[in-house]
Amino acid sequence: MIVPLLRRDLAQFFPFTGSGAALPVVFFVAVAMLFPFAVGPDANLMAKTGGGVVWIAALLAAILPLEKLVARDIALGFFDQLRLRGLAEEAMMAVRLLAHWLSFGPPLLLATFPAAALLKIEGETFRLLLGGLVAGTPGLAAIGLMIAALTASLRAGAALSGLMLIPLALPILIFGAGALARQDAASLGFVGAISLLLVAIAPFAAGAAIRAAREN
Amino acid sequence: MQASPASLIAANIACRRGERLLFRRLSFGLEPGQACHVTGANGAGKTTLIRALAGLTRPFAGEVRREGALALLDERTGLDPDLPLGRALAFWFGMDGASARSAIMARLRLEGLAEVPVRYLSTGQRKRAALARVLGQAAPIWLLDEPLSGLDTASQALVADLVRAHCAGGGIALIASHQPMDVPGMTSFAIEDFAPAGSDEEEEA
Repeated sequence: MIVPLLRRDLAQFFPFTGSGAALPVVFFVAVAMLFPFAVGPDANLMAKTGGGVVWIAALLAAILPLEKLVARDIALGFFDQLRLRGLAEEAMMAVRLLAHWLSFGPPLLLATFPAAALLKIEGETFRLLLGGLVAGTPGLAAIGLMIAALTASLRAGAALSGLMLIPLALPILIFGAGALARQDAASLGFVGAISLLLVAIAPFAAGAAIRAAREN
Repeated sequence: MQASPASLIAANIACRRGERLLFRRLSFGLEPGQACHVTGANGAGKTTLIRALAGLTRPFAGEVRREGALALLDERTGLDPDLPLGRALAFWFGMDGASARSAIMARLRLEGLAEVPVRYLSTGQRKRAALARVLGQAAPIWLLDEPLSGLDTASQALVADLVRAHCAGGGIALIASHQPMDVPGMTSFAIEDFAPAGSDEEEEA
């Protein structure tokens, strides 16, 4: 039951197969492309600030898919039908988390290569940036899923979820971007730890949220 | 279905929507082969009852006991709107391990629509597609919420046929509808009969 569900979820959210799902990646690259135009072609300045810009772009790109992540399937009765077949909400949300991360984490990591080239990020900084995104994107996906599930039954849910993600993602951003500023790989351990914690609680929080959404 | 016979029992249940008590002291039991028709005006609580019976929400009071798998038909089809109907249904058929898929499609006159995206289907076609999903599930208990709405006369007769065949085969069906349906031996009750007397706040404890 889990495998066909994962396949279905991936088909929904994966770039170029799902509807408009490539948008976050395009958005991510667009930010990296615009930044040099905005601050001017100073290689030194860009190498210094570029990593932070990539992190902010990743954070904002994580907000984009949230609108469709959970609310659509609640309205569709999709989770209700799975529940009737004995699948726990927590399992549905764990599958959704995996599908969400797969459809936005790896494409974002791939897009980091052109983005880094545009921003003149090289060598050790690039490795730290990539490592930080590997460690941090699962956490961003987990926060996104929890927020999407919590706001699914609200009228202005989409706008609200963007606002809610930003403060919650701050720890990941601080340690992830901080690793670049200090050239310190140890910070990435913190990013990974935060991500692990978030990934562990997200299915339960999101599962409880979609159960609660049935009551109204 | 073979092991222990299917049953659906509501014991003294009460449900509310928001702060309003919709019905209380509602009890019934359904055994294999039995069908029950729940009538009531819009907003009387038919859908709330169905969702409580399905175990999707917990009743405010009382208890629902169920033996056997359950299929639910309501206004939400559970079919991906962007997919062609054939593939959207194939997902659920796969989940349920349904056999005789093409026979089900033919029974509900959906063969010609397999390539049409679900969002382009009319209300009636969508309802028939949801019925195909219910048939594929092969569950002993059917909960049908307004199965006749949006259907033309021929399709309404088809739904009645399906329910009759389901009950004749030892299935249980509970149908919430304000339209009559011709199923032999079907019991019936009006949900308004269980509405709290007088005003809203009758039972606070």
